[in-house]
Amino acid sequence: MNAPAAHQAAERAARESYGRLLAILSARTHDIAASEDALAEAFARALERWPADGIPAQPDAWLLSVARHRKLDAWRHSRVQDDATQTLLLLAGEVDNAAGTEGAAVPDERLRLMFVCAHPAIDAAARAPLMLQTVLGLDAARMAGAFLTAPSTLGQRLVRAKARIRAAGIPFEYPQARELPQRLQDVLDGIYAAYGTGWDDVDGADALPRGLTAEAIDLGRILCSLMPNEPEPLGLLALMLFCESRAAARRSETGAYVPLDQQDPLRWNPDLLAEAERCLRRASEMKALGPYQLEAAIQSAHCERRVGAPVPPEVLVSLYEGLLALRPSIGAQVSLACALANARGPDIGLRALEAIPAAEVASYQPFWAARAHLLAAGGARAAARQAYDRAIGLSSNAAVRAYLNAMSERL
Amino acid sequence: MQYMLMFYQPAAEFEQRDDASSQAYRASWIAYADAVRAAGISLGGHGLFPPMTGTTLRVRGDKRQVQDGPFADTKEQLGGYFVVDVPDLDAALEWAARAPCAASGGVEVRPVFTATAIAAPTP
Repeated sequence: MNAPAAHQAAERAARESYGRLLAILSARTHDIAASEDALAEAFARALERWPADGIPAQPDAWLLSVARHRKLDAWRHSRVQDDATQTLLLLAGEVDNAAGTEGAAVPDERLRLMFVCAHPAIDAAARAPLMLQTVLGLDAARMAGAFLTAPSTLGQRLVRAKARIRAAGIPFEYPQARELPQRLQDVLDGIYAAYGTGWDDVDGADALPRGLTAEAIDLGRILCSLMPNEPEPLGLLALMLFCESRAAARRSETGAYVPLDQQDPLRWNPDLLAEAERCLRRASEMKALGPYQLEAAIQSAHCERRVGAPVPPEVLVSLYEGLLALRPSIGAQVSLACALANARGPDIGLRALEAIPAAEVASYQPFWAARAHLLAAGGARAAARQAYDRAIGLSSNAAVRAYLNAMSERL
Repeated sequence: MQYMLMFYQPAAEFEQRDDASSQAYRASWIAYADAVRAAGISLGGHGLFPPMTGTTLRVRGDKRQVQDGPFADTKEQLGGYFVVDVPDLDAALEWAARAPCAASGGVEVRPVFTATAIAAPTP
């Protein structure tokens, strides 16, 4: 294995273990912050040592024993008596006793942790970063840029969320059956929000080899492995993999923005596409349709061009109508209008756009880009120019601005 | 909450303002300003002439020191500002990210002193 690959594998293993240990410590003490403190040094040490020394045979036990040594010293010196430390020492003892027996000594409680992070009592803006931090061990500084906040602000937000979990006594339990659909939706939304922030950061200064999109996909994979009989997590994973497969094709060699319908399918990643299709198929076999499966199906339809069999435009109209019926959103309304325009002409699409209340789209860039595009297709040049200008003003990305400007110039 | 968005631009961008080939660059600023106004959040703002047209005055003792140029000699200089009224800092940052200079220079976002801002308890 070469150095970067070894490093990545070690990092992944360290995260896997860290997330599992943090989940179980938190589930027993309800104190995420103290559990993080108890494990922090051991985790940092693992990230330092494992890439060079290789991944230990029992990563959980390795982390626990390092954490225990640190904590025992601290305990002797300062009589640290917090629950998390005591739990960690107990857990380390249990793992030691179980050492030599086969199988995972530490039960996987990460799913409970995800449900806690996405609990309705937690500020919605904190859910995605909280999941990334607790389950994958990402720090606030690393995530802040993607979430468009200052590292200190994001740090405070995470501290507040953890304090709230403890103070409000948010249970580390599976939601009741009747609550499960909504609570699972919140978990999925949190993961997808993390994916979205990474996706928007396409030209960002994020020079790290793994952006937040890869981290969000990791969360999706973990969720699917913990809930193998639920179709929606598979739908979400498929959706993210479809998007990820096209990530490289979003910019030309010169860094110019390339819209989806003009992307070169040869630049899409075939392995990710194949995996996405597999996930979507597995989900559909469970015969319980949900919004994430529909969104993945829409992405799948967009990718059919690759095999030279474009999906009929009316099929996309039906998919978007289905998505709106299950989960209304401005984004889906705008997309439906574009699908209608493709299937039945720009005027029909424009009428669908005009049906959306103006206040809801005043600052929504995709609406103005779509409107400009459809006005231009219908030959309304002056109105199209105005809409392009509005879309340019609402764009936060130079490549997108340049593209829209070129479209406007061409009128 | 009211915030001032201060647009800091690298020197090269000030030169682009009247360069014939930079029509797209100028158009992007006009489009941005229009979008801020159309969103109904603007409490006013201005673009400024380049930093070298500035004059800085300091009074030291009983002497007035008048100097050409900006107050601080930094790589990025204030090129304009907007004051916006938005629900919270996240919304202000969202508008800051849309400014054309966000990618080349930066945007400083600062809360404006208002009677309500002073009365509001710190979270």
